Amino acid sequence: MTSITARKGGPGLDPGLPASPSLRGRRRPGEALVRLALRVAAGITVVTTLGIVVALLVPSLGFFAEVPLTDFLFGDRWAPRFADSSFGVLPLVTATLWTTVISLVVAVPLGLGAAILLSEYASARLRKVLKPLLEILAGVPTVVYGFFALQFVQATVLREWLQLPTGAFSVLAAGLVMGIMIIPTIASISEDAMSAVPQALRQGSAALGANRMQTTVRVVFPAALSGIIAAVVLGVSRAVGETMIVAIAAGNQAVMVSDPLQQGQTMTGFIANAALGDSRVGSLEYDTLFAVGLLLFCITLVINAISIALVRRFREAY
Amino acid sequence: MTSLQSAIRGTRPLTGRGGERRPGPVLFLILLWLSLVVAFSVLVTLIITIVLEGMPQFTTRLFTEYPASSPDEAGARPAILGSIWVIITTAVMTVPLGVAAAVHLEEFADHRNWFNRLIELNVQNLAAVPSIVYGLLALAFLSLLGVRDKSIVIGGALALSLLILPVVIIATREALRSVPMEIRHGSLALGATPLQTTWRQTLPSAVPGIATGTILALSRALGEAAPLLVLGALVFVSFDPNGLLSGYTTLPIQIFGWTGRPQAGFHELAAATSVLLLGVLLAMNAVAILIRNRFQKRW
Repeated sequence: MTSITARKGGPGLDPGLPASPSLRGRRRPGEALVRLALRVAAGITVVTTLGIVVALLVPSLGFFAEVPLTDFLFGDRWAPRFADSSFGVLPLVTATLWTTVISLVVAVPLGLGAAILLSEYASARLRKVLKPLLEILAGVPTVVYGFFALQFVQATVLREWLQLPTGAFSVLAAGLVMGIMIIPTIASISEDAMSAVPQALRQGSAALGANRMQTTVRVVFPAALSGIIAAVVLGVSRAVGETMIVAIAAGNQAVMVSDPLQQGQTMTGFIANAALGDSRVGSLEYDTLFAVGLLLFCITLVINAISIALVRRFREAY
Repeated sequence: MTSLQSAIRGTRPLTGRGGERRPGPVLFLILLWLSLVVAFSVLVTLIITIVLEGMPQFTTRLFTEYPASSPDEAGARPAILGSIWVIITTAVMTVPLGVAAAVHLEEFADHRNWFNRLIELNVQNLAAVPSIVYGLLALAFLSLLGVRDKSIVIGGALALSLLILPVVIIATREALRSVPMEIRHGSLALGATPLQTTWRQTLPSAVPGIATGTILALSRALGEAAPLLVLGALVFVSFDPNGLLSGYTTLPIQIFGWTGRPQAGFHELAAATSVLLLGVLLAMNAVAILIRNRFQKRW
């Protein structure tokens, strides 16, 4: 724009021509305002994160003023409501670990199987049918999954059909159903990763005489590995943070779980159950909620960071 | 994105089918199919068991009556109304905010700016924060404001709104990104300002994608119980919620409440309410998929 005005009246231009119109347009103070508003909207996401951190930290500090951090992290007795109270978080962590591991045992093979089928074998038409069907699994509300885990998987399948020695609740039932819930997460991200593997690699493999299974297992799968790991890591994160299924079906006894048929209380299960009782703001009970919430947030934050880093790597690989 | 993928798929060569008939590859393919079959059969089992169990209680009473101490007199009317109140409030709070944030990030933000990169990373991270943590956030926020009774519609909507905000932002960005640059360039070349271009060209073109993402996000919020549980929404509500500051309960919370009762009649009620909730969510999902398939332009 400046170059046009600078040449006005310069050599070669007929001085009789009218002055070229200004291309700047008029000033629009309203537009600056709207853009500011947009910027603020984006900024709110950062405010949310800061809010989470502050909201969790402040009551947690109150908690850790009364309970030493080492007692919290390494104590193996969780009894925050008893007169003889104890705040060792390990029982909650072991129960979370059990449900997470069980759900991954279900979700990783099934999710990867579905992903391979969709990405390497299914025709475009078949994919168009199967993928939304798979997404329905992700759309079922977790409270319904919890009901299903308690009423059908625990009561009917585990106790009646398999005659397993288990009570009304178990981490096994919760974990199994949670695994089903996570399948779409793992399937959809690892399918993206495998679809992103360049066609040339498959053609090269085929040219060497490999069949589709060999191509999938030895070429596509390793090439998409970081994306697949990212999918699994995200699955872990969802399993750790899932609340309603464990609150309903895993039971609410905070004990060190040594057998999946036992009941146990996870970190999220504790928060959900403790919130049912009315805890006063500022009481130790109220602060305890936030201390566990902070631990949960930190664990998932680390897991997410790993996942994001891995996704970045596989996106940039080709 | 998908059109590109299907284009690639269409030209895929028939990779070495010669060795496909040997037992190994056949077994492999069977295992792959099995994983889908297992997933779907669990889904079918879930739907069948819930429908069978909830059938006796799936009557008009479910829609018209208030919760009661006897399962044969109880209904989910306040929960239905509560869900409607909460979800509409959530939508009103989230959609403008989420779309605005996405427009900033996608159309105006300088990606080399550290602040904008921080926001981007942050949105990704927020999308995977456990939902119950949002409940704690809203709880702390309401305590800070000095709100005594935390189970009010606006509080629940706040928690759900923050929960689905990253989902709406990510979906909107995807939708904006799929609008080709030529549309923007054309508009700019005709003398429109960047903001006019966004408002009159880019955003309208992205509406199907934004609608799809928003409906999916709202359906997630509708099925969510954990954050509301933390806010104490599990109360015996025997009135119609009638405003932003009114007490409420929602369908998932009502299901949770009935699941925890010992009498079998309440479990039937929980199942019947689950059928209702599942029906609504499946309908929302279907609408989202329909919009995606029918209205999304292929450029």
